[in-house]
Amino acid sequence: MRTLKFLLQKEFRQIFRDPSIIRIIFIMPVIQLLVLPWAADYEIKNIKLAVVDQDRSEYSRQLTNKITSSGYFQLTNYSGSYSESLAQVEQDQADLVLQIPSAFEKDLVKQDEATLFMAINAINGVKANLGGAYLRQIVQDYNKQVRMEWMQLPRFSPETTIEVSSSNWFNPLMNYKYFMVPGILVVLLTMVGANLAAINIVKEKEIGTIEQINVTPIKKHIFILGKLIPFWLIGLIVLSLGLLIARLAYGIIPAGNFGTIYVFAALFLLAVLGLGLLVSTYAATQQQAMLISFFLMMIFILLGGLYTSIDSMPEWARWITRFNPVSYFIEVMRMVVLKGSGLADIKHHILIMAAFAVGLNGWAVLSYKKRA
Amino acid sequence: MKQFLSFVKKEFFHIWRDKRTMFILLGMPVVQIVIFGFALTNEVKNAKIAVLDPSKDVATQSLLAQLDASRYFDIEKNIVSYKEIESAFRAGEIKLAIVFPAKFNEELQHFNKSSVQLIADASDPNVASTLTNYASAIIMDYQQRITDDRKLPYTIKAETRMLYNPQLKGAFNFVPGVMAMVLLLVCTMMTAITIVKEKEMGTMEIMLVSPIKPILIVIAKAVPYLVLSIVNIASILLLSVFVLEMPINGSLLLLVSESILFTLVSLSLGLLISSGAGSQQTAMFISLVALFLPTVMLSGFMFPVENMPLPLRIISNVVPAKWYYGIVKSVMIKGLGIGAVWKETLILFGMMSFFLVLAIKKFKIRLA
Repeated sequence: MRTLKFLLQKEFRQIFRDPSIIRIIFIMPVIQLLVLPWAADYEIKNIKLAVVDQDRSEYSRQLTNKITSSGYFQLTNYSGSYSESLAQVEQDQADLVLQIPSAFEKDLVKQDEATLFMAINAINGVKANLGGAYLRQIVQDYNKQVRMEWMQLPRFSPETTIEVSSSNWFNPLMNYKYFMVPGILVVLLTMVGANLAAINIVKEKEIGTIEQINVTPIKKHIFILGKLIPFWLIGLIVLSLGLLIARLAYGIIPAGNFGTIYVFAALFLLAVLGLGLLVSTYAATQQQAMLISFFLMMIFILLGGLYTSIDSMPEWARWITRFNPVSYFIEVMRMVVLKGSGLADIKHHILIMAAFAVGLNGWAVLSYKKRA
Repeated sequence: MKQFLSFVKKEFFHIWRDKRTMFILLGMPVVQIVIFGFALTNEVKNAKIAVLDPSKDVATQSLLAQLDASRYFDIEKNIVSYKEIESAFRAGEIKLAIVFPAKFNEELQHFNKSSVQLIADASDPNVASTLTNYASAIIMDYQQRITDDRKLPYTIKAETRMLYNPQLKGAFNFVPGVMAMVLLLVCTMMTAITIVKEKEMGTMEIMLVSPIKPILIVIAKAVPYLVLSIVNIASILLLSVFVLEMPINGSLLLLVSESILFTLVSLSLGLLISSGAGSQQTAMFISLVALFLPTVMLSGFMFPVENMPLPLRIISNVVPAKWYYGIVKSVMIKGLGIGAVWKETLILFGMMSFFLVLAIKKFKIRLA
């Protein structure tokens, strides 16, 4: 125990005597947490629309007005030339081209049928799909309006109408920040923790100071513990800082209990730091350690369900996420913050995370060799 | 010149003799492109839904069959009471619940009018709004078809053409973004530690007493990594085309030159970090931790830039990956030439010069 105390003293001194690292550990996550959640909104709105009006009739103008007043679309060009609008799509100045052909009004009134043409930039398939659906819906509404003008109103509307009403549970205001902030916090915590731990032992190897530790009677697990505890504490401080920012800057108050978050975070940090230390014992240089840990981090973070839903990934990628501590923590954070889940709801997650923590740290202790 | 070449040779030996690092630097982009190219998509597929259908008639059955047949939805379970929805959401079994009224078909037949309620688990608002929209569109289509069967007068038809990506593949949007992200991070990291490593090891002193100019020391550091980067560009492009089935509709030469320009930007950024940082640890932290999230979130491939608030839209302009992402989309998918991307090219060129000049200025020829 006394050895551990001295080791901890040494580690803390080392960390706190490097001001640039302290700055990075605490300030960088704060800045990123303050800035990045504002970017995370992929609601489909502000679709840039170019209208090619070759009819220039009362109807074509009415339709254009109806579309632009819907709120989804932003009229960026109104012209008579299809090729001009297509060039705008090429330059990303328009996402969607609506062509109202000449004689649109005449066809509609005299032939009972008229056709509109839409061309959508589909590089972002989801946006194209939804943009097209919004536009079709507005056209249908307009169609209804036109019919009302020309036809005698029967008792019931001649068209079938299915009214769709939708409600959003757990987050009725569709606040993206409630969803993103807890996730981004997890990611920042992971990056800070894992990278610090990954570099640490290897740094001693590279500088040569590990020799001095290897010749002492310090036990392997004490050595690993001495490395683990300081970063574990730093991680918990970063977490508290993050939760404070979530509260002050975004007004996020977890629906569940803070205790639940901390219990899980404590386990999660053990697992992630263990992984970092494991990388550290295998790598020969800081560069290698950083590269490996970063490679793992990118996979963990991008496949963690923060940005893209895990359910839409292919089967093999979903298998990877089952071995991904980050995806469990992101899920738990969201469950606790948004749905108010308690310890009982996440007991499954806790068991898995505990297994990660024990497994990775045990492996790190075993693979740390006191021989050069 | 001869001095410069021998410095370049020295740097090559550094890299070549550390086989493990070299292997990581060349292998990492390959693995990342494949994993992220396949796994990252904003499409929502096979979302599990629950159905509360008290009417169980022809109309609800055919509408449900259509929902189930679409690639977006899988009907997970039929429930009988409203209360079950909440527990299913809490357990994470379903993402969306569809609630029909008691007499759906009857209402449709007699009054030409009925309703459907969609309830989404909005703890993931992105998925919730996408699913609600998809489901509404399918219901809308169904409604349209019933109306069409009766040949009403004054009908406006709409024909839709999907440009560039008729199959609406998610990869078309994400692969260029993944390319930008992987190239930027790997290349920046490569050079970020070269100078600072020599400082830490003490070998910098030897370099500084040599007669070679500091500017050449800095540039000599970048040359071997440029060679590695070109190998990475080749492997990334080959994988995108042959494994991820991306087209190259524009000029390959233009695409490769733009990619090399982009890696030069990243390498210069790495050099700047390296000459500013005090330790390898700091350099690596800045090049990875500080660059990773902004690159992912602000370059526009995850979240559309036009949705962001104004300050972030301004900040996004300093993210090099944003410009390269635009170039790749224009050249690879839209098949445009240099005429369409000259602005982006100039910006990248400006960034490269800026980083390089600053790196050389910051490079100290005196030891602290």
